[in-house]
Amino acid sequence: MSGRTSLIVIAVAVTALATAPLYLAPFTITLMNYIGVYALVALGLVLLTGIGGMVSFGQASFVGIAAYATAWTTALMGYSPWLGLVLALVVTGIVALILGAVTLRLGGHFLSLSTIAWGLAIYFSFGNVEGLGHYNGIASLPPITIGTFALVESDRIYYLIWAVLLLTMLGSYNLLNSRAGRAMRTLRGGNVLVESLGINAFQVRLVTFVIAAMIAAIAGWLYAHMSRFVSPTPFDIDMSIEYLMMALVGGSGYLLGAVVGSALVMLLKDNIQDVLPLIMPSSSGRLEIVVFSILFILFLQRARDGIVPFIAQWLPDTVPPRPTEAEPLGRRKMPAPGQVLLEVEAAERRFGGLIAINNVSFEVRTGEILGLIGPNGAGKTTMFNIMTGTLPASGGRIIFSGKDITRAAQRDIARAGIARTFQHVKLRPKMTLLDNVLLGTYPRTVAGFISGTLRLDRIEETRAQYEAMKQLDRVGLGSRPYELAGNLPLGNQRVLEIARALAADPVLLLIDEPAAGLRKQEKLALADLLRALKAEGLTILLVEHDMEFVMNLVDRIVVMDFGCKISEGGPQTVRNDPRVQEAYLGGVD
Amino acid sequence: MRRFTLSLAALAGLTLAATSANAQITVGFVTSLSGKASSIGLNYEKGINAAYAYQSEVAGQKIKLIKLDDVSDVSQATQLARKLVEQEKVDIMIGTSSAPGATAMLSAANELKVPLIAISPVRLGIPKKGHPWGICVTQTPSLMVSVIANRMKRDGIKTAGFIGFNDSWGDLVYNGAKKAEASGGPKVTSNERYSRTDTTVTAQALKVLATHPDGVYDGGSATQGALPLIELRKLGYKGGFFGTPSLLNRDFVRIGGKAVEGVQVSAGPVIVTSQLPANHFSKKIGTAFHKVFKKVNGTEADDGFSGYAFDAWVIFLKAANTALKTAKPGTQAFREALMQAIYSNKEVAGVHAVYNFTPKSYYGVDDRSLVVVKLVKGHWIYQP
Amino acid sequence: MTAQIAAILAIDGIATGAIYVLMALGFVLIFSVTRIVFVPFGDIAAFVALTLAALEAKQLPGTVGMVAVLAVIATAMELFTIMRAGAYDKVPRAIFYYLLLPLIPAAVAWLTSGTLLPAVPRILLAIALILPVSPLLYRVVFRPIADASVLLLLIVSVALHFALAGLGLLFFGPEGVRTRTLTDFSMMLAGVPISGESILIVAAAAVFCLMLYLFFDFTLYGKALQATAMNRTGARLMGIRPAQAGAVAFLSGSVLAAISGVLIAPVNTIFYDSGFIIGLKAFVGAIIGGLLSFPITAIGSLFVGILESFAAFISSPFKEVMVFSILIPVLLWRSYTLVQAEEDHEE
Repeated sequence: MSGRTSLIVIAVAVTALATAPLYLAPFTITLMNYIGVYALVALGLVLLTGIGGMVSFGQASFVGIAAYATAWTTALMGYSPWLGLVLALVVTGIVALILGAVTLRLGGHFLSLSTIAWGLAIYFSFGNVEGLGHYNGIASLPPITIGTFALVESDRIYYLIWAVLLLTMLGSYNLLNSRAGRAMRTLRGGNVLVESLGINAFQVRLVTFVIAAMIAAIAGWLYAHMSRFVSPTPFDIDMSIEYLMMALVGGSGYLLGAVVGSALVMLLKDNIQDVLPLIMPSSSGRLEIVVFSILFILFLQRARDGIVPFIAQWLPDTVPPRPTEAEPLGRRKMPAPGQVLLEVEAAERRFGGLIAINNVSFEVRTGEILGLIGPNGAGKTTMFNIMTGTLPASGGRIIFSGKDITRAAQRDIARAGIARTFQHVKLRPKMTLLDNVLLGTYPRTVAGFISGTLRLDRIEETRAQYEAMKQLDRVGLGSRPYELAGNLPLGNQRVLEIARALAADPVLLLIDEPAAGLRKQEKLALADLLRALKAEGLTILLVEHDMEFVMNLVDRIVVMDFGCKISEGGPQTVRNDPRVQEAYLGGVD
Repeated sequence: MRRFTLSLAALAGLTLAATSANAQITVGFVTSLSGKASSIGLNYEKGINAAYAYQSEVAGQKIKLIKLDDVSDVSQATQLARKLVEQEKVDIMIGTSSAPGATAMLSAANELKVPLIAISPVRLGIPKKGHPWGICVTQTPSLMVSVIANRMKRDGIKTAGFIGFNDSWGDLVYNGAKKAEASGGPKVTSNERYSRTDTTVTAQALKVLATHPDGVYDGGSATQGALPLIELRKLGYKGGFFGTPSLLNRDFVRIGGKAVEGVQVSAGPVIVTSQLPANHFSKKIGTAFHKVFKKVNGTEADDGFSGYAFDAWVIFLKAANTALKTAKPGTQAFREALMQAIYSNKEVAGVHAVYNFTPKSYYGVDDRSLVVVKLVKGHWIYQP
Repeated sequence: MTAQIAAILAIDGIATGAIYVLMALGFVLIFSVTRIVFVPFGDIAAFVALTLAALEAKQLPGTVGMVAVLAVIATAMELFTIMRAGAYDKVPRAIFYYLLLPLIPAAVAWLTSGTLLPAVPRILLAIALILPVSPLLYRVVFRPIADASVLLLLIVSVALHFALAGLGLLFFGPEGVRTRTLTDFSMMLAGVPISGESILIVAAAAVFCLMLYLFFDFTLYGKALQATAMNRTGARLMGIRPAQAGAVAFLSGSVLAAISGVLIAPVNTIFYDSGFIIGLKAFVGAIIGGLLSFPITAIGSLFVGILESFAAFISSPFKEVMVFSILIPVLLWRSYTLVQAEEDHEE
């Protein structure tokens, strides 16, 4: 589908929505209102869970906090609903910030369990805090007024709800395609990947969490003034689970999934209500939830990703045009050649009783290609991990450009100018080649969440895209920048990682087994690339098993075995060293 | 994006269900058949079943009854109210089994201008313009409590502890008890709460006892209303228990066993119809109610809730009778006429009370609507 | 608060805590073998109580219908899998385990409905009726997605809870039940009366905790079961059958749930939805144990019970808030002390 077709479809959809009150029955409009409000919450969940990988069972609490905030402001204090909106956003934002700061360091299912905990705690508070109407709730909320126009009837607030929903979708779309959005989309790749790109994973998580909470808050405000009655029951864990259901059924990785999921769930519930009494007249009421849950379980067993991707696979892909030429991003000043760039001093790393790195010392000089070789299990990748801060060293020091980085955080090391690739490729398989490489430019750009959402970052974005395109061309993958990274053969994925590392404009490049999985021609091309990079002043530290590749490329070699350094020197020296031969071949008599 | 338009089209298709012209009166009934309030909600359903069997047409017009389940969820209750009005085009609504749910439905009724007979207590302001579009058949919670509080005063109880549900009902009873205290009733000495699914209330019972009350208010309902009473007896409390019609429940009696022997509650006359004198206003209709209830549901009507649903039906029947003289069902005029008829029909005798409604309040009963009954050996005995 | 009151609260807390211990042990048992957080565990325990009450009232328990339906579905699924693999010789065995065995207690209940069995056979029948439910659920719901992430399994578990709660309402009605007391024994401790029932629960909790601890930490079979949770493929390569391990775990979990239900029912009014919230609080205890250590789980669950008791005394409307808020610092503490391998993200 070309860009123009997409726009036409969107225009048709928006027109259909705008004119709906004219041709849809009144109750359907009421349903659409609920669908819209719930879709908003589900949208937040798409960002939080589908994109950010944090499953939350507590979104209904945020809806509730906002609803109560506006109920208090308007029904109890007598102010305007717009002031209620402000209070709702502020209170929800603060609560989300505190909860996120405390719990977002948890990972995986621990995080989700914590959302159950505070979701329940907040819900039980609603009915017991003084002054909020207790369990009988707060009634007679005033309707939202725009000027003198009061949004009382279903078909009036319909426009507001859907306008807000569409705007939020647009904002989310912009956000996801911006620098901050790319960082969000990387979260599911794991902390190691995120931090190695110079991104503060915790901060990105926290902001995503708060955004999802604020979207839920807007939904809560709309809900409160739509039903004009607030009580604790709509904000319990059952409702949170329903929101999650909507996002999952629709497709939690897709913005549209929120709307589709919400619509599907609401329509299903409404129709089950009408159909079940015909099938089982006596006990219909109690069967609804059973039928519903069974359908959901079946769905989770068969189509975990949701409906939207299931249908999307039948639609043709959009291929945007190649990035245009733009002013290059600022570059780092390279240090003078021949100096000591990185110094490893008596490094040690233990895993319990096992010594993985045992008193290893060597240095890397600017402008050289240093090879780090050794048999499997020698500790080479662990060495990389210590140098980049992925793992903390148990002893010794690492000094980079005169600064001690032994205890530095992974992302600070990345920002200081050390870029790395991984032995087990860490890419975002569902993102495009271009987007993957763009991730490397993160430390060189500054656009934040707000600029991304409001599209104020276009100039910087164009520059970054041009930079990423250059690197893709450079490593030879520039022919199809919008291909999905997961579709590349493994060897090319490794090369893509190099492109990403280059996009960060590093001073020192650590490459872990780049030639694995490449054919002869590709290896030659890679060697040429590395030599060209060296000519530009880049320092390269290379771990590799292919001896022919290494010997013809590197200036010096460090050999490790069982965690110790057993040899160091030029290729010829190392090759003739009997200790090296013994390590590889097991003894030379 | 294409999906979007497709799903929209599907939406449109699903909803173009035009209702046929109404040659009958349509009544929408909402109750909780599942979820937390289902134990009460099912009693309401039994009541409406009895009511429909009692009389299913008025002045030659058949009545269509639509029953919907709000799964004990207030949002759902509101949505169902709209569905009944906008899709099913009902003439009048009756519902639902929780106080917040009924209040939410009443809010919607006022806005949509369709009559609602609420069968749980409501707490809502009277609309400033025009007349309200709903009434509530129950006694006000404060009336329920003040009747029993007066009895407690009469029996010399000066201080009373309170233990009740941590929900809207518990709030209502507690507020009622405080109001009664303000008008000279027993002093409320504690405000302990528990949940329906709690396994123990020892801590709460201890706190109630710490204040050494003469009597104890039970602000729970149905089966779990017995839990604190059992615990209090276990801890050695010898005083009297007092409650509201929400304790009129077979399982409350069964589970409570010896501990609840002697509890006194305010109750609608329906619970002791057979013991009432022949000239009591609810004797005739109450007897008829019990008879048809047993026939339709197979059990005795030994709870207070089903009676509310039945009385709602009685009020509706009388109003429909009057309204049919001036308007046709299925029109807004008919709804207006129903509401006016509810206001103009005076001294309507039901199984619970004598009803008189005015546009100034949602409630329309006086203290004829409550008697005091005492649990003796598993049976509720009328205490004049 | 006097010492007397503190004693009463503490003892009450331990009695409640013991219930949580039994349920928490079940959670940990099932999780440590299958990585499934079996949310409906509480519902199953509640069902046993409701079944026992129905048997006491000489009625046919709704469980019979539930088991029958599940058995048929599970048999159909199993037969489908077997026939697709062409292993027709496995058919009789499948029918025996998935259809006949679960239906035997159901048949017994059907035949004896209307009569009141003596206490012990009655309890055994109630337990036997419920026993097949969990393994059948495992076969029908979880085995098709057994290799999914813990989160997906958690979400499915939650959905399953809703289905079971709805079925519970359908089959058992909304009213609560209390079964007959198992013993009328009563004694005084520190001036506080303690019922024999509570002692039974505490004793059962202690016995099961010890048994599970010894089994999983000291026997080969126990370790093999745990291995299937950590690495299914690796376990399979070692000759351990993950599917069988799952079935065993769920069956044992069933036993634990059944015994919990039987012990709780005489002292508490159980509703069709009581299981969920009791299970949630028990779950706090399971988390304290890190979802892997039985002794710490038991201590943690007792702690939850005592905390709830004192919280109810301090401010009864807020007791749930206090109990669930505690979970957060516990989770934080646990995530630091437990080494968690970064789970391979699905992408």
